[in-house]
Amino acid sequence: MTIPALAMFIAFGIVPLIGVFWLSMQNWNGIGPITPAGLANWSSMLVDPTLYSALWKTFVVMGLSWAVQTPISILLGVFIAGHQRYRAVYAVFFFIPLLLSSAAISIAFKALLDPNFGLGAGLGIPWLSQNWLGEPTLAMATVVFIVSWQFIPFHSLLYQGAIRQIPTSMYEAAQIDGAGRLRQFFSITLPQLKYTIITSSTLMVVGSLTFFDLIFVLTAGGPSDATRVLALDMYLRGFRGNLMGPASVIATILVLLGLALALLLRRLGGSDANASQLEGA
Amino acid sequence: MSATARDAPRSRQWERPNIPAGVLSTIWLLIVMVPVYWIVITSFKSSANYYSTNPMLPPVDPTLDNYHLVIESDFIRYFANSVIVTVGAVVPAVVMAFMCAFAIVRGGNSRYLRGVNALFLMGLAIPLQATIIPVYLIVIRLELYDTLQALILPSIAFALPLTILILSNFIRDVPNELFESMRLDGSSEWGTMWRLAFPLTKPALVTVTIYQALQVWNTFLLPLVLTQSPDKRVLPLALWSFQGQYSVNIPAVLASVLLTTLPILVLYVVGRRQLLSGLTAGFSK
Repeated sequence: MTIPALAMFIAFGIVPLIGVFWLSMQNWNGIGPITPAGLANWSSMLVDPTLYSALWKTFVVMGLSWAVQTPISILLGVFIAGHQRYRAVYAVFFFIPLLLSSAAISIAFKALLDPNFGLGAGLGIPWLSQNWLGEPTLAMATVVFIVSWQFIPFHSLLYQGAIRQIPTSMYEAAQIDGAGRLRQFFSITLPQLKYTIITSSTLMVVGSLTFFDLIFVLTAGGPSDATRVLALDMYLRGFRGNLMGPASVIATILVLLGLALALLLRRLGGSDANASQLEGA
Repeated sequence: MSATARDAPRSRQWERPNIPAGVLSTIWLLIVMVPVYWIVITSFKSSANYYSTNPMLPPVDPTLDNYHLVIESDFIRYFANSVIVTVGAVVPAVVMAFMCAFAIVRGGNSRYLRGVNALFLMGLAIPLQATIIPVYLIVIRLELYDTLQALILPSIAFALPLTILILSNFIRDVPNELFESMRLDGSSEWGTMWRLAFPLTKPALVTVTIYQALQVWNTFLLPLVLTQSPDKRVLPLALWSFQGQYSVNIPAVLASVLLTTLPILVLYVVGRRQLLSGLTAGFSK
C-alpha cells in the first residue's frame, strides 16, 4: 500500500533531489547535451560575488520577515483564540490573504503601491506615495511587508490553535495569585507556546528560502538586483541565462540550507515532539 | 476580579476585553481589508476613469467591461486547465497518501515502514522548489514538456509528505479495539482501510484535500518552467501574462485577480471551519 506514494515521491522528489547535486557538476544549457564539468561550476560559483549578495539578501528577507511575522502572529493568535462573536467575525477577514496566490498578491500590490495612482494618492497621505518598488532599500522592505501580509494569517492560525489548548486552570491559578494580564502572557502563554513558536519559525525560515513567485512577479529581482534572493538567482541563471550547472549549485545550497535550518531549529526545540512538522509553506 | 471569577467559573482570562490585542487586531484588519476593498472597487471602474478618479472611492458608474475583457482573453480555458491540474494532482495524492499513512500506522514496527516514514518526514524539511531544474530535465526526458501532466506529476509528489504526516496523525487516533474487532470479523487489511479508517478520517481527508487544492491552484513556478503555449496556461501564469499584456489597464488586471480567486473564495465560505480547524490540528499534534 506504500508503493504508489513511494514510487511517485522517489520519481519526482528524491530523484530530482539527487539530480540537483549531479547537475551541479555538469554543463547543460537546458536544451543541448549534458556533459560532465567536474567541480568547475562550484569553483566559479564560490568566488562569484553575486552568489554572496543573493545569499545575504535571502538571510535579510528571512530574518526581517521572521521578526515582523512572529510577534504579530502571536498577538493576533491570542486575539482570535477568544470566543466572542466579534473576534470570530474579525477572523473571517484575517484569513482572506491565505486564499490568494502569490502571483495575484504581487500583481495587486504592484498597482496599489504606485506612487502616483495608488494608496498614497487615494488616502492623501504623502508618506505612502514613495517609490516603494523603485528604490533598493524600500523594495526590500516592501517585499518583507507583502510576505508578512500573505503569511501572518497562516501563522496566527497555528498560534490560535495552540493557545486554545492551554488549560484554563493555569490562568485561573495565576489570577488567584494576582498576576495581571501582561504577567500571565509572559509567564503562561509564551512558555506554553514554545513548540508552536519553533514549528512556526521553522515553516517561516524554510519557506522563506523559496519565496520565488512573489518576488519574481513583484520586482523580478530589481531594482538593480536589490531583491535578487537565492531562489530568484537560481531561476534567472538557469532558465534565463541557460546555465543549468551554476543554477544547480545554487539549488544545492538551497537544499542544504533548508535541511540545516530545520535541524538547527529542531535542536533548539530540545525535543522531537514537533520535529516532523517542517514544511516550506 | 475574584468575584467575577467565582460568578463565572468558565469564563477565560482572554475573554475579558483585551485592549492592546483589540487595537492591534483592528489595525491588522485595516491592513488586510484596504487592499481587498481596493481590488474589488477598482475592478468595476472603467479603464478610462482609473487615472482620473480617487483610487480609494467606489466607481460612480460601475462597469462589467473589465470582466468581459478578462473572460474574452481565454480565461475560461485557463480556468479549465487549473481545474484539471488541481483535481488531477490532489485526488491521487490524497488517495496515495491515505494508503501509505494507513500502512505506516498499522504496520509501524517493520523496518521498511519506518524507513518509508523517515523518508517522507525528511521530505518536509526540503524546499522542493529547489529541485525544479532536475524536475524540468525529467519532464523533458518523459516528453511531457508543455503538457498538463507535466504539472500534475510533480504536484502529486510535492503534496505527499505533509498529507501523509497529517493523515497518519489522524489514523493513529482510531482506537485499536476497532481494528481488532474488524480483524476478528474476518476483514482484510484492505477492507479495514476502506470500511473503517476511511470513514473515520473523513474530516482530515477533506481538510488535506482543500489545503493541497489551494497549494496546487496557486502554484506558479511549475507552470512557469514546465509549460510554454498559451493553451496550457493555468490561472496564476495567465494572471501574470495578462498583467504583462494589459499593464496600464489596472482595473482589468484586478478583475482578473478577483476572477481567479473567486472559486477559492466560494470554497472558503462553504468549508472555512473544516479548512481552518483541520490545518491547525495537523500541525499541533
